Amino acid sequence: MSRPRPIGILRAALVLLGKDLLIEWRTRARLNALVFFALSTLLLFSFALGPDTKLLERNAGGYLWLAILFASTLSLGESFRIEYENACMDGLRLAPADARAIFLSKAVGNTLLLVLLGSLLIPVMVALYGVKVVLGVGELMATLVLGCMALAAPGSVYAAIANNARARDVLLPLLLFPLIVPALLAATKAMALVLQGDPMDQLGSWFGLLGGFNLIYWGLGFLLFPRVIED
Amino acid sequence: MGKFFRMALPPIALGLLAVGHYIGLFVAPPDREMGDVQRIMYAHVPAVWVALVGLTLNFICSVTYLFKQSWKTDSLAEASAEVGLMFGAVGVLLGAIWGKPTWGVYWTWDPRLTTAAIMLVTYMGYMALRRFVEDPEKRATWSSVVGIISAVNLPIIWFSVKWWRSLHQVQSSPKTVDPEMVVPLRVSAFAFLAFMILFIIHRYRIAQYERQLEVALPEALPGDGAGANRTAGAA
Repeated sequence: MSRPRPIGILRAALVLLGKDLLIEWRTRARLNALVFFALSTLLLFSFALGPDTKLLERNAGGYLWLAILFASTLSLGESFRIEYENACMDGLRLAPADARAIFLSKAVGNTLLLVLLGSLLIPVMVALYGVKVVLGVGELMATLVLGCMALAAPGSVYAAIANNARARDVLLPLLLFPLIVPALLAATKAMALVLQGDPMDQLGSWFGLLGGFNLIYWGLGFLLFPRVIED
Repeated sequence: MGKFFRMALPPIALGLLAVGHYIGLFVAPPDREMGDVQRIMYAHVPAVWVALVGLTLNFICSVTYLFKQSWKTDSLAEASAEVGLMFGAVGVLLGAIWGKPTWGVYWTWDPRLTTAAIMLVTYMGYMALRRFVEDPEKRATWSSVVGIISAVNLPIIWFSVKWWRSLHQVQSSPKTVDPEMVVPLRVSAFAFLAFMILFIIHRYRIAQYERQLEVALPEALPGDGAGANRTAGAA
C-alpha cells in the first residue's frame, strides 16, 4: 500500500459513466430536448410527404432512424460541451486514469441515451404511421441497440473534435453524416424487416453489417480517442 | 529536386495529355455500342484513379503523422486530400456527363457512383475541419484521425451499398476493353498522374508556407473572428 495504484480502465469508464448519468438525471434537460426534437421530426416527415399513409407505413423505419440521427448530433455535441465548460476536460485528463476510459464512458452514455430516445419514439411511430411490429420485440430492440451503438462510437470521437473547432454545430454533422451511411443503411433495412416481416431471412446479414461496423468503429475510437483529447 | 520536378513536370504532363487524348479521340476505335461517347473514358477513368491515389496518400500521411509528428507530413496530407478531392469531383462530373447518353440518366444509385459521391462528401468534411481549426498542432492531429476514419469507411460503404443494391437489382456496365483502347487510357493515366504530382507539390509548398506563418506568428492570426485567416489556402 505504498503507492496509489491507477484504477483500471473499465472501472474508470464506469465511474465516468455514472457521473454523466447523474448529471443527466439531475437536469434531464438533454433527454427532454432530444425527445421533443425527435418527435417533431417524426411529425414533420408526415407533412413533408403528404397524407399518403401507405408511403408513411412503408418508410417508417427510415424516418425513425433519421429522427434518431438528427437528434444524435445534438446529443453528441452536448455530451462533450459539458466537459469543455469550466475546463472539466482538463481535470479528466489530469486524473490518473486511461484516456480511453473517457471514450468508453462517452460512447456508452450516448448509446444509452439514444436507445432510451428510440424506445420512446417507437410507440409514437407505431401510432403516427400505423405500422405493426411483425417480428418480435427482441429483434426490434436488437436493431435499436446496434444502430445506436453505431451512431455513438464514431459520433463520440467526432463530437470531441468538433467541440473545439469553430462552427462546431456545422462541423459535427458534416463529418458524421457521410461516415454513418453504412450503419444507417443497415439499421433502416433491419428496421423495415422487423416492421414488415422477413420472408427471405435477410435480417441476420444486416445485423452482421451493423455488428462489423460497430466492431471497427468502437475499436478505432478506442485507439484514436486519446490523441483527439491530448493537449 | 523539388525545383526540377516543378520545371520538368508541366511539359511532361501536357505532352502526355496531348498524346493520350489525341490517340483517344482520333486513333482508338469508337465503342461498338456507345459510339464516340465512350471516349470520355480516357479522361474520366484516369481522373478517378488519380483521385484514389491522392486519397490513399492522405491516408498514409494521416497514419504517419500520428506516429511521428511533422509539419511536412501534415502539409502533404492537406495537399493530397485537396488534390484528390478535386480529381474525384472531375471524375464524378465526367461520369455524370457520360451517364446521360449511355444510361439515360445523370445519376443512378449504382454502388460505384454512390461510394464516389460519399467519398467526395467525406473529404469535403475533412477539408472543412482543416479550415475550422485554428491551432495548427490540433488541426494536424485531428485531421489525421478524421483522415484515417474516412479512409477506413470507404470500403465499408462500397460493400454495404453493393449489398443494399444487390437485394433489389443488379446494375452492371460490362466493360470489354480493346487493346487499342488500353493505350490511350494508359497514356492519359500517366498524364493525370503527372498533373496530380505537380498539383500536390505546389499545394504542399503553399501549405508549408502557411504552417511557417502560423507557427512563427501565432499572435498575428485572428482568433475566433470571421475566419479570414486562411485566404492563402482558400485561393
